[in-house]
Amino acid sequence: MSPRTKTKATSGRNDDIGEATRLGLWRQCLEVRHLEKRAYDLFLQNLIKGTSHLSLGQEAVAAGFGVAMRKDDWSFCTYRGHAHTLVRGASMTGVLGELMGRECGLLGGKGGSMHLTSVEHGAMGSYAIIGAHLPIAIGAAWSAQYRGTDQVAVCFFGDGTTNIGAFHEALNMATVWTLPVVFVCENNLYMEYTPIGEVTAVEHPAADRAGAYGLPGIIVDGNDPDAVFRAAREALAKARAGEGPSLIEAKTYRHSGHSRADPGKYRPDEEVKAWLARDPIPMYRKRLLDFGVKEAVLDAIDAETRAAVDAATEAAKASPEPALAVIERDVWADGGASWRN
Amino acid sequence: MAELTYREAVAAGIAQEMARDPNVVFLGEDVAAAGGVFKATVGLLEQFGPRRVRDTPISEQAILGAAMGAAMTGLRPIAEIMFSDFLAVCWDIVANEIAKTRYMTAGQVTLPLVIRTANGGGSRFGAQHSQSVENWAMAVPGLKVVAPSNPADVKGLLAAAIRDDDPVVFFEHKSLYAVKGEVPDGEHIERLGTAKVLRDGRDVTVLALAAMVPKALAAAERLAAEHRIEATVIDVRSLVPLDTETILREVVKTGRVATVEENPRLCGWGAEIASIVAEECFWDLDAPIVRITTPHVPLPSADNLEDATVPTVERIVATLRQAID
Repeated sequence: MSPRTKTKATSGRNDDIGEATRLGLWRQCLEVRHLEKRAYDLFLQNLIKGTSHLSLGQEAVAAGFGVAMRKDDWSFCTYRGHAHTLVRGASMTGVLGELMGRECGLLGGKGGSMHLTSVEHGAMGSYAIIGAHLPIAIGAAWSAQYRGTDQVAVCFFGDGTTNIGAFHEALNMATVWTLPVVFVCENNLYMEYTPIGEVTAVEHPAADRAGAYGLPGIIVDGNDPDAVFRAAREALAKARAGEGPSLIEAKTYRHSGHSRADPGKYRPDEEVKAWLARDPIPMYRKRLLDFGVKEAVLDAIDAETRAAVDAATEAAKASPEPALAVIERDVWADGGASWRN
Repeated sequence: MAELTYREAVAAGIAQEMARDPNVVFLGEDVAAAGGVFKATVGLLEQFGPRRVRDTPISEQAILGAAMGAAMTGLRPIAEIMFSDFLAVCWDIVANEIAKTRYMTAGQVTLPLVIRTANGGGSRFGAQHSQSVENWAMAVPGLKVVAPSNPADVKGLLAAAIRDDDPVVFFEHKSLYAVKGEVPDGEHIERLGTAKVLRDGRDVTVLALAAMVPKALAAAERLAAEHRIEATVIDVRSLVPLDTETILREVVKTGRVATVEENPRLCGWGAEIASIVAEECFWDLDAPIVRITTPHVPLPSADNLEDATVPTVERIVATLRQAID
């Protein structure tokens, strides 16, 4: 195996990040946590139908990038994408409304949980076919490169994606074309119900493959917002400087099952317990307190985000179902769906 | 008027649009330095440079994914899939991503892109390099589908596809690349979604697409000369949008309709048209609708087998004679 660099982005003192940024990370983690918990509750109340894939436990990855990215950067994510869409600035009402199939939803009720998109916030879509959005993200990166802007495309995906062809096609072309794109693998140890290690030829499904595309293998603690933020900042700067793509593997763990239908019983109790002890939110709270942030400041942000989720829930509940007229709208750029004259 | 081959018209159409719009870019396997395996894009690299005309690895998902990502962020990419059969390896990007994203996002995303691909048989390449798959694309909401039969339409419809704000799958027929035809001088652009009446007759309306158009025309001449049967021949040109106005108008005039399709039998484009005709002008018909297609088999490669599988002029003549007698 070719030599590789593993950057362990450990958390240091409150120096290179700063308190204001850390409070931003704290806020985004909480927004995701409270919104995802609410999504789960609404499922139990049968107000959300279909399926849903929550980021409970994985908040730090979305937050680390959400804070590090520039407003005009583009993000592409998977069906587990509520978090990534929210951290770009999409409204909670839009997210919950879409999950509930209401008119106020980000997609007007036409996409659902697995397709959240908010182009005005640079959230360029949630893609529900494994691997598809890696090639799409390189296209956005190509467009930035071609037009000479210094925008970066960031693409989030799970560990399971590293075994599908599109991953390899996109990594190769991104390197050959020196594209400004950051690939972020959220390794939560399970591809749906199967331990990733049982179906993957290497230990670190993304990082160990990076060398095949001329990239360093970067592993970060995906439960540490600071570590993710630092890795994100570095990769974004590299892309912006015209030095090409990065592939980052963030080790993390989902607190719930793969999807709504999955209680996650296949995971050993000890493993679950160990990861719950590494819950990113209490860990980060402790660090911020250690760094001298006042408890009242942290609690106020917590209370604000809870209140925002409550307000969004009520707004979404109050929103009507979509008008049936939208069924035959927006197939084409002219707004219609006509296929004949 | 200049005389161009079908393949030269491809390059001419792309060049016309790249010259007028700097957001038009072109990518695919062997399209730049080699000028395309069918030599349909010769000269574009020299004229527009490697920034706009790019060779890619053999990575069809990356090619079409890149086209989609570029289109949703402001470019107008043209992507080549060398053989239409290869659409099968990137069908996710075509059918799940490109076709559906505008709808699913309630119009937030616009995808002005063109997928050019060499379609159809006649080259003895066997079943994985010869298929007519325009009906695959036709079956997916969100894709426009065009298949030109002559050099002028190649240039004009390709230009229209590039300027269109929706994704267009542009099927070039590989057995037509060497065919010559007059192409209007200067800027030439056609309208998507328009069929063209190529020949007027009183007895039957024949609908054809791509390489079946010259065969239908040859069959019509023979029917007239040898059997006093006069056929109207329509080049359908665009499956989505479909010019049902022209088609139904001509069908009503003759009272008989036949389709000539290179695709295998089941769910070919002619089946959809037959159902529209049956629903909307059944009482104007004097005879059952006739579909002349490739049988429902993969395409064989030997000269005589391939020639006998795809509809021939002889088969068109014989089938129409039988239908009209």
